Amino acid sequence: MDLLNAFITLANFVIIPAIAYGSQLALGALGVTLIYGILRFSNFAHGDTMAFGTMVTILITWLFQAWGISLGVLPTALLALPFGIAGCAAFVLLTDRAVYRFYRTQKAKPVILVIVSMGVMFIMNGVVRFIIGPDDHNFSDGERFIISARTFRELTGLQEGLAIRTSTGITVITAVVVVALLFWFLNKTRTGKSMRAYSDNEDLALLSGINPERVVLVTWVIVAALATVAGTLYGLDKSFKAFTYFQLLLPIFASAIVGGLGSPVGAIAGGFVIAFSEVTITYAWKKVIVYVLPDGMGPDGLVQLLSTDYKFAVSFIILLVVLLFRPTGLFKGKSV
Amino acid sequence: MIKVDNVVKTFGGFRAVDGASLEIAQGAITGLIGPNGAGKTTLFNVIAGVLKPTSGKVTMLGEDITGLAPHDLFHKGLLRTFQIAHEFGSMTCRENLMMVPGNQSGETLWNTWFGRKRIADEERALRAKADEVLEFLTISHLAEQKASQISGGQKKLLELGRTMMVDAKIVFLDEVGAGVNRTLLNTIGDAIIQLNKERGYTFVVIEHDMDFIGRLCDPVICMAEGKVLAEGTLAEIKANEQVIEAYLGTGLKNKDKVGA
Repeated sequence: MDLLNAFITLANFVIIPAIAYGSQLALGALGVTLIYGILRFSNFAHGDTMAFGTMVTILITWLFQAWGISLGVLPTALLALPFGIAGCAAFVLLTDRAVYRFYRTQKAKPVILVIVSMGVMFIMNGVVRFIIGPDDHNFSDGERFIISARTFRELTGLQEGLAIRTSTGITVITAVVVVALLFWFLNKTRTGKSMRAYSDNEDLALLSGINPERVVLVTWVIVAALATVAGTLYGLDKSFKAFTYFQLLLPIFASAIVGGLGSPVGAIAGGFVIAFSEVTITYAWKKVIVYVLPDGMGPDGLVQLLSTDYKFAVSFIILLVVLLFRPTGLFKGKSV
Repeated sequence: MIKVDNVVKTFGGFRAVDGASLEIAQGAITGLIGPNGAGKTTLFNVIAGVLKPTSGKVTMLGEDITGLAPHDLFHKGLLRTFQIAHEFGSMTCRENLMMVPGNQSGETLWNTWFGRKRIADEERALRAKADEVLEFLTISHLAEQKASQISGGQKKLLELGRTMMVDAKIVFLDEVGAGVNRTLLNTIGDAIIQLNKERGYTFVVIEHDMDFIGRLCDPVICMAEGKVLAEGTLAEIKANEQVIEAYLGTGLKNKDKVGA
């Protein structure tokens, strides 16, 4: 029995990856939830908005790399991130002008807007593949590890290693900063309060002199920023591929719905619930169990509940269970 | 002050407002009465920009305001309240009031980051004003309460308070008295009269309580089936044959009042 090594293994293969993945999902789900709460529709194009923002960030990163600009140990992408956000915001605002505004003035039903957002999704999807191609791109540079498995083993003398990758560290720190900023913005600033007022009661907001177009504009800019940050962090952690971002839509929506659509706190909680479930259910527990059980009693099989190919099914199941027992999500969101 | 000229609003085939024309005098408290479904609220919605009229024209102080957006009308000094009180549920009563004046400097992303001091000064002034309004409406003790948690009558007061946060020119009150007890209704009535006298607000009041109308309003306009039926003092309206038939009825209770 070796509980310390068991814990290190668990941390290395489950806890740390799930925290990183959860942060990325939470940022994505925050964007979805804001659109739902304020503009009142489920934005299916969110995954591809993330892809677009990340694509701009990657292009700028390549440009910086060509110019020889770097951030030393940190990935150059962080330097390119503000440009990515600006590019993504511009594109999203253009979409709003060209597409969503028309339906907004018609006071279209949410169902119609959802279908419209699917159209936008396909176009964005095409634009991204047209510009950067459908292939995998790895744009992470700088130091790969904050602490590598070998250094950790040498440092502690333990049998198991604990690796913390730079991208994981950056993901968690950035997510915390971004979420803190967002909550400060929504709760303390006048613009944030206008957005909450608009979300609470649209009619009253209009009759209180709140300019709806400005609320919509600010919402899109914030959503573009969240999407770009989430996408870039995911890309740094894994790699960038347009199709992967499209697939991310499912866990992101699951996170937002599990937490309660329209509730920012719920989106964050939902992100971590989905991430931890996905990682724990698809992880092969054999190693941890061997450490925990007395010698010779370890299992022969991998003790993996589901193959990683089925990881998206996990989101579906959690979604179903939560909706059956709490239709408005864990934190009371809006139910339509 | 407000002139409604032959306004028609149809929903599908149903003519909710069917060629209504009326004029609202500056400085008056005008009562708007009529049976349920007479088109009173729809007319309010058309004037306040919530609905676009199918045809017809609305002017305010000679300016054409037909079909302007509600938030634009708000900045012109035209305010309204709702029949069923609306509130920003997730905010406190004080924050509800502080939301009201539009075009605050804190509303732009630029000022959020670079105009902190200006926003702070503005917020302080707003806060003082909101507290003053709460005091005036006798609900100071609710300042920190979430607006979703206060009673229906108190929400009506909050609605009225919202109109006091800016220098309104004309305020449309849609059934302020519905579901409100006598004492609170008197408080609301007092507040309306005081606002009218001291601040020169013009009011248009939709109400079914004839005592309340009698206390506040002169003139009174009666609508039925989307049209303006009669206009005059309450006594004249009560004596009007058409109004009796369409709205007041000939029940015993009302019979006594007719002509009184």
